[in-house]
Amino acid sequence: MQWGSASEFFAMGGYGLYVWTSFLATALCMLWEVLALWRRRVAARAEQRAALLGGMDETAT
Amino acid sequence: MNRSSMWEAVSGIVKRDLLLAMRRRSDAAMSVFFLVIVASLFPLGVGPEPAVLRTIGPGVLWVAALLACLLSLSRVFTADYVDGALEQMVLVPQPLAVLVAGKVFAHWLISGLPVVLLSPLLGLQFGLDGAPLGVLVLSLLLGTPTLSMIGAIGAALVLGVRGSGLLVALLVLPLYVPVLSFGAGAVTGSMAGIGGEANLSLLGASLVLSLFLAPWATAAAIRIALE
Amino acid sequence: MNWSKYSAPQAFYPLAGRLIPWFAVVAVALMGVGLYMGFFVAPTDFQQGESYRIIFVHVPAAWMSMFLYVVMAIWAGVGMGLNARLSFMMAQAIAPTGAMFTFLALLTGAMWGKPTWGAWWVWDARLTSELILLFQYAGVMLLRTSIDDMRRADRSSAVFSLVGVVNVPIIYFSVQWWNTLHQGASVSMSTGSKMAATMLMAMLIMTVAFWFYSIAVILARVRCIVVERDSLPVWDEKPAVIQEAVEAR
Repeated sequence: MQWGSASEFFAMGGYGLYVWTSFLATALCMLWEVLALWRRRVAARAEQRAALLGGMDETAT
Repeated sequence: MNRSSMWEAVSGIVKRDLLLAMRRRSDAAMSVFFLVIVASLFPLGVGPEPAVLRTIGPGVLWVAALLACLLSLSRVFTADYVDGALEQMVLVPQPLAVLVAGKVFAHWLISGLPVVLLSPLLGLQFGLDGAPLGVLVLSLLLGTPTLSMIGAIGAALVLGVRGSGLLVALLVLPLYVPVLSFGAGAVTGSMAGIGGEANLSLLGASLVLSLFLAPWATAAAIRIALE
Repeated sequence: MNWSKYSAPQAFYPLAGRLIPWFAVVAVALMGVGLYMGFFVAPTDFQQGESYRIIFVHVPAAWMSMFLYVVMAIWAGVGMGLNARLSFMMAQAIAPTGAMFTFLALLTGAMWGKPTWGAWWVWDARLTSELILLFQYAGVMLLRTSIDDMRRADRSSAVFSLVGVVNVPIIYFSVQWWNTLHQGASVSMSTGSKMAATMLMAMLIMTVAFWFYSIAVILARVRCIVVERDSLPVWDEKPAVIQEAVEAR
């Protein structure tokens, strides 16, 4: 373990800005991708359900 | 089908395309004008410093040639696509890839060759002379057919697609990068005194590679577009 | 076991649904281990100090960006060869994730380059190839969205991605070659010949983690695409939900 304290860890030997920007950007991109896929799935299934109901509408009338 | 019938078909296509281009000479002239205008804008933009112009000259002229080729790409197949001639080409017994190579050759004669012939004049504008000027012409002579070959793939992919003009640029320009770096590299190398031979051989290799691969990819793209 | 039956979207859909959680769990676990090793076990680099720790995201992202492009082209080629719809859907699903990793590789590369070389960007062979790769991913996706006919969109973007596979190595070579001419721009990218074993280990674990993440995300996207394209069949809807939907009207 090379870190004496938490602030030393976050400073990253003076390169904190570069290191944490990289890791944060990667994490945000991944989280965004997962969230976007989640929403895409919800939307697709809502449409699917609407189509199912709409189809039944037609048969009923 | 024998070899002579294939040759006849290809030369027929080349003649036909050249004849059509002769009827609409202003189309062919446009890409040349474009090249001249783009090349003339750079000195006005960066200033008349001869040393600077000599340094950027090879790159600017190559990029201008590349853009001129790009602008003329829509003419390779669009007319034949619209009037149905392309569908006839798919149906004839000769392989489509060979006919495509003929069409691309005709396109190069119309829009690539004038660029090559005009390039020494533009080179002089940028202070190139002697051996580098010769290498510039030679590199364009070897490189512009490759640009037409690769460009034809993009032109076939976007046939009848909305916004095709911008799309073809986005597809084709990344594929032009190696030709650009070899071509401009040949001229720069010749200016630096290390000669352009190595880069010219690489341009030749690119031409051979594109000659073997691009017509097949283009033919596949045309078949997909016509389905 | 007959694997070929999973080439049909309706059979593949539930299988992918069962696999996604496993890949996701492994990805998260490996990321945890990799980050721990990268930040707390791997020693400080004696040349670059702490800034080198960016490679624990940079190198895996760069590897995935190239690897995913090749996999996308393979699926595109399989789709063209066998006329398999699912293969085209896989190719479609891979492109956005590949583009994301390409973007991340460029961004983290800049973050690493600034403290290491003093420049955000240099025209090095690897950086340039990565940039062109991003353009090609964009080209594949734009070509697909510009074509309304699904069959043509599948096949046209397949042709373009296959052409791109030939292009990227040529670009890498051409820029390396070009840099030998322009001496000023060439920068040594080597991270030092001796990498500590724990550094290498952390990097490899992060790479495997990104790989599993990609599989999970791509499978999830394929499922979305299946639902969007074949809109009607409700393959994984619970019977109760359908019942409720019927009763609701």
